[in-house]
Amino acid sequence: MNQTDSNSAAVNEIDASCRVPLLALFGGAALWLVLGVALGIAAALSFHAPDMFANCPGLTYGHAQAAANDLLLYGFAIPAALGVVLWIFARLSRAPLALPMVPLAGANLWHLGVLLGTLGILLGHSTGYPWLEYPRPAAVLLFAAFLLVAISAAATLGFRADRELYPSHWFLFSALLWFAWTYSTANLFLLSGHPPRGVAQAVIAWWFANNNLFVGLALFGIGIAFYFLPKFAGRPLAGSGYTLFAFLTLILFGAWCGIPQSAPVPAWLPATSAFAALLSFIPVLALSIVAWKTLFGSGFRLGGGPAGFILFGVLSFAASAFLYLAEACPRYSRGVDFTWFGFGVTQWQLLGFIGMILVGAIYEILPRTMAKPLPAPALARLSFYLFAIGILLYVIPLLIGGVEQGLKLRDFHVPFAAASAAALLFLRVSTTGQLLVLLGSLCLLLNVLIMTIQWKLGLLKTVIAAIKAPLVTGEVKS
Amino acid sequence: MKTGFSVFLVAFVALGASWFGLVYAPLHQLGIEKQTAILQSGDTWPPQRTGDATLGLDVYREYGCAACHTRQVRQTGVANQLELISLGQHQAADFKDFLKSLMVVPELNSFSNTLCGPLAQWDGRLPVTLYFGPDDTVIAALVEKLKPLGIKTDARVVATGADISRGWGLRQSVAADYLYDQPVELGSLRAGPDLTAIGAREPDLNWQLQHLYAPRSVVADSSMPAFRFLFEVRPISGRPAPEALTLKAEFAPPAGMEVVPTPEARRLAVYLLSLKTGAPLYEAPYTPATAAK
Repeated sequence: MNQTDSNSAAVNEIDASCRVPLLALFGGAALWLVLGVALGIAAALSFHAPDMFANCPGLTYGHAQAAANDLLLYGFAIPAALGVVLWIFARLSRAPLALPMVPLAGANLWHLGVLLGTLGILLGHSTGYPWLEYPRPAAVLLFAAFLLVAISAAATLGFRADRELYPSHWFLFSALLWFAWTYSTANLFLLSGHPPRGVAQAVIAWWFANNNLFVGLALFGIGIAFYFLPKFAGRPLAGSGYTLFAFLTLILFGAWCGIPQSAPVPAWLPATSAFAALLSFIPVLALSIVAWKTLFGSGFRLGGGPAGFILFGVLSFAASAFLYLAEACPRYSRGVDFTWFGFGVTQWQLLGFIGMILVGAIYEILPRTMAKPLPAPALARLSFYLFAIGILLYVIPLLIGGVEQGLKLRDFHVPFAAASAAALLFLRVSTTGQLLVLLGSLCLLLNVLIMTIQWKLGLLKTVIAAIKAPLVTGEVKS
Repeated sequence: MKTGFSVFLVAFVALGASWFGLVYAPLHQLGIEKQTAILQSGDTWPPQRTGDATLGLDVYREYGCAACHTRQVRQTGVANQLELISLGQHQAADFKDFLKSLMVVPELNSFSNTLCGPLAQWDGRLPVTLYFGPDDTVIAALVEKLKPLGIKTDARVVATGADISRGWGLRQSVAADYLYDQPVELGSLRAGPDLTAIGAREPDLNWQLQHLYAPRSVVADSSMPAFRFLFEVRPISGRPAPEALTLKAEFAPPAGMEVVPTPEARRLAVYLLSLKTGAPLYEAPYTPATAAK
């Protein structure tokens, strides 16, 4: 794909073709990220001062945390990833974005769906299924919007100049299929008029959560990282055979994980998931090796730029996936089940892995599509440190606190309140991390917002100039 | 992986297989579940919820209670327990000697330490646990020797594990328990205690309402947020309302005011009361207390 850079006129044209839909996708995503992190802090406040929202039904922990989680996944991660996918597909195809107005409509529809869903949760209309809390109207909007964006992505892929597929293609194309299939299946079964009886509901929700938070995000994140890493390293992706092997094992084994070991379901379900999780260490290891071999010794430098974000994301992928899969081991799951540990792993996946990769990608892509540098590059560099330190400070206390809480819960001589109190201390430390992440996401929002305003002002100027100038000179002469 | 179609095919097969295994198969195994028979009883499990309890499940969903509370009990295993209920006309000291003399019986021989050891410090108080462990031949052998002497014992099957010891239930949760839940909210975090059997642990409606209004008024070290918006604080007109909460002085409203639960609060509390200990089932057996003979 380095060839694409040689023909710079064509590259500029491709970048410009993505401008409008990407601005809509990234702008909304940055806004939802800020709101999601802020709501997460509001939720955590319930553990600093339990009666803070005693008279405010909208911000009970159950409302605020669910809305915050969904804002990170549906508000930020998926639309931002879709924007990056559109751009990468156009670049790899060496063709302008196909049907650019369709993803623009999709982006606006998507953000409307997220707004409706979030309001729905805060007003008490959550469905009650983890990660599928958005009420039916919002879910329908999200699915329709996703299809609109995916159609444009698939068309761009179809118009590619070179028939050969690059590894990023496999990952990102599968990611589109993954979301479309799992989101439609889960919502059709759970939110239709006649949901299945009993725990079958919970099994479907677990299948959905695993296939989005683990497999889906891995496909998006690694697909994006494998596009950028060779560019930053200045050499091709190492070992394409390895990558193919990792891709196949990830989708084959990863898709079967996700049923918790303690689940009150027939034993074959958690047993299958535990075995799948064991096998899923293979792709996680293989993907980490590919990234390592691509970067190591290439003179790749970690800094505040997009490269730093993406490297942090890849490292977070390896670490969070490792912990996620270890949780499925029956021996360890008994220690950390029902504690803050699992919550910490999920937040690491959402913010540390996919979040960092997407923020880095947005900083890299936005100046290209807008054909001008970032308005506040210093803030962008600062936001790397805010995000990196903030995420570690947020997640690691949760993991340690979770283990501490789990060990105390296992020992019935320790009163329950003492087990909770042990985790509370760590939880309070983690809130400082959330504050840093909030500052980091504000830096991102500021950059995207200023760029959007500049662009809109530019458009307005062109329009005004077009109205004024030719009329005076042209009309008189003719 | 040269063509788009081959990528699509591979991804389709991979996700399709997991869809078949983790969505389609559970739908067919669990999605058509019916009530099951309770062990050694003509009744079926689970009972259908009625009235406010059904509506209360919706309040539980609405405020996201499952974000902090699980509704699933884990169990590590099952044990056989033999309790001594009554000695009849015999003395405790005689019983100890008699038990020692029984150790020549081949089935009991290898258990002499487990059986006689703990009893050495026994002061004669009843009931006392004679045996607690995985073996059931020892229990059969003991009962056979003790019954003719008029010594009453109670042999029980009990579930073991930290959740059970904490009193969160008498057995592990199983799929059948959630038949009437819509939606099924198992929960994944225990920021607060498990609620599987909260209705059995705290069977008083007023306790539940007081706990929702001011958690620390009934559980001193609780970290639960108060749900005061589920209650109405209003001036007393004439006589105090019969449903007004009786609160400790430091949590009570100013003089002349009373705290009255809204219908939503009442439904939630009634739902919580409907959460009882699971009945013994084929897949999760235990001997209920009432069946002791």
